[in-house]
Amino acid sequence: MIVLLASLPFYPLVSFLVLIAFGKKLSWQLAAIISVSSIALTVLVSAILLFELSASQNQVLTVNLWHWFDLTNQMGTSEVNMRFYLDGLSAVMISVVTGVGFLIHLFAAIYMKTDANFSRFMAYMNLFIVAMLILVLADNLVLLYLGWEGVGLCSFLLIGFWYQEKSNILAARKAFIVTRIGDTSMVIGLLLLFNTFGELNIKAVTTLAQQGHNLAAGSSPVSSAEQANDIYWIALLLLGGAVGKSAQLPLQTWLPDAMAGPTPVSALIHAATMVTVGVYLIARMHGIFLLVPEVMNYVAWLGASTLLLAGVAALAQTDIKRVLAYSTMSQIGYMMLALGAGAWSAGVFHLMTHAFFKALLFLTAGAVIYALHHQQNLFKMGGLFKKLPFETSLFVVGLICLMALPGTSGFFSKEAIIAQLWSSSTAGPMLWWCAILGALLTSIYSCRLFFLAFLGTARFSENTHPEKSTLLRSALIVLALLSLFGGLIPLDLTLVFSTVIQTPLAQLIEPTWLHTVAIITPFIGILFSWFYFKNYRLSPLKGTKHNIQPSKGKFVVFCRQGLGFDACYNALLVKPYQWLAQINKHDIFDQIIMLNAGYVNLWHDSLIFVQNGSLRWYLAAFGLAIMLLLGVSLL
Amino acid sequence: MTVIPLFHVLILSTLLFAIGFIGVVARKNTLFILMSLEIMLNAVGVAFIGAGSVWQQADGQVMFLLILTLAAAEVAVGLALLIRMQKKYRSLDIDLLNQMKG
Repeated sequence: MIVLLASLPFYPLVSFLVLIAFGKKLSWQLAAIISVSSIALTVLVSAILLFELSASQNQVLTVNLWHWFDLTNQMGTSEVNMRFYLDGLSAVMISVVTGVGFLIHLFAAIYMKTDANFSRFMAYMNLFIVAMLILVLADNLVLLYLGWEGVGLCSFLLIGFWYQEKSNILAARKAFIVTRIGDTSMVIGLLLLFNTFGELNIKAVTTLAQQGHNLAAGSSPVSSAEQANDIYWIALLLLGGAVGKSAQLPLQTWLPDAMAGPTPVSALIHAATMVTVGVYLIARMHGIFLLVPEVMNYVAWLGASTLLLAGVAALAQTDIKRVLAYSTMSQIGYMMLALGAGAWSAGVFHLMTHAFFKALLFLTAGAVIYALHHQQNLFKMGGLFKKLPFETSLFVVGLICLMALPGTSGFFSKEAIIAQLWSSSTAGPMLWWCAILGALLTSIYSCRLFFLAFLGTARFSENTHPEKSTLLRSALIVLALLSLFGGLIPLDLTLVFSTVIQTPLAQLIEPTWLHTVAIITPFIGILFSWFYFKNYRLSPLKGTKHNIQPSKGKFVVFCRQGLGFDACYNALLVKPYQWLAQINKHDIFDQIIMLNAGYVNLWHDSLIFVQNGSLRWYLAAFGLAIMLLLGVSLL
Repeated sequence: MTVIPLFHVLILSTLLFAIGFIGVVARKNTLFILMSLEIMLNAVGVAFIGAGSVWQQADGQVMFLLILTLAAAEVAVGLALLIRMQKKYRSLDIDLLNQMKG
């Protein structure tokens, strides 16, 4: 059974190698079968592993592959091994990664069928699954960082998959550079962590942190002030890494642009799995974060502000995929809010349900875009309800989960988060109100999206040609079922998150109306948009011109462009850097390199000059050389 | 009969050779180049004869005869080329023949 755990990332790895090596020679069928079946195999293996895990005594499975290297500092030596560690948290992650990953691979195999570089696409997708599995199964933070960079690389490769267009390349580069800022902060955090604890093994670090926590809880603070300061910075730096990867507030600008990639990529990487690893990281390192409630408070506020700002930005978008991208950002904001409030398992639960319904939304949006000949503009859709009933019903399923209407999976996870906010010592009523406002925004932008795309009259002239493949549709249906009923999956993470925040203050009294408000909020949003977005919803009366245009108001445009973050970063960072690069173009290193070129050029010129074809010149050179040789030999 | 010292012969030969070489390099007219080549060959011939007479051996004269035949053959080919050149270019400028430069 241990062998199974060890082999988990190797099936997609083998498939990746085969596809990269023989990609051009494989037919579509063969490439699709290899890539999809390798993921199917991982699904099977992870199902067996989940079963094994629930049967094992301490709910942990580990396997040691090989010894990688040793790290040494003044506290001693720490081994860094290729060791996989499966507990409740990573079990949730591998089931999301392999399960949702499998369905998206299936969809992608059909969606990308006509692409010339199909096998390269599937190879990158497989590589992504490999990196993601390494990330979530890692036993130590170095291995986790390997997977972390691996998913970043795959994200870069897949955003820029259609590299012939410049905008795609720019989006890929932006995603890579912006996440790199977070990654750098994370590396510094890891080094500081090793310096403070002398350990990078996740389990050991958590144990050490818990000891520190228990000691701190007992009246005498044993750990010195310096160490407390170190832990504060470690938590902050790790948070920086999570912020970069999960597209949270200061570093969120890459995610909307990342929608330049193919739609299955947006579903797999930029909605379901990769962008949630920041949440995973913080949940994994909860031991550290519990030691510093201030940082948890920051996490909560960061999540809340991302939640609200992304919700506002989503209200103004015109591109269907960008609406979903901002929605992803705001839902990850919910998860961060949950983590900041210490509601670890609620955050991870929302991660899982969000992966289901956001993957469904993206894939259905992909099917709609495909049916409309690659039209992504919401204002050129409309009336799809009658033309694409299948896609519409699936989209509705996704949206009601996103809005968290009672009974859906989103309801269970989002309510679990909201319920724990009010009384949490690191969150509180203010953040509770933020979450409620976020839920309101979510339902409003969901309704706007639905009305614009599916109701009203058609604002396009071409015929739709939906993809009718059974495999593609069954993948969507399975995702829809998961979105609807995924909330019923029992998620028991009490063993992973055994420590809870000890509230030193008196427990805040929860008013009785809290849950009622939380449940009613989405309906208020729907009601509001039912009247506010009446134009989008209704067909125009006969004789009147229907003319729905995106608003040109200053504030709306400001929101559409991501609330000015892009412009701000451009002016503050990108422009000065480019200016610096421009004036520093001919620095000393450049000149050393160019010296070589000049030397070669000199020889080139002189040799050309000698080869002038004139007989008399040749003779003269000949005679001169002989005289020289004679002179030398005589002397 | 006074014997001419070998040194003087060699000076004459070198001078002739230098004149011939300068003629080959400096003249543009192909006919003059051929003539200068003849001078160079004859300079070598003078050296051979002189050496042969100093050492009282016939090899020098045999060598000169060989050079003479070589010069005759060379001039025959050279003049034939000259005629072709005159027909093609209406000129004997050697610099016109630089079309094979690299």
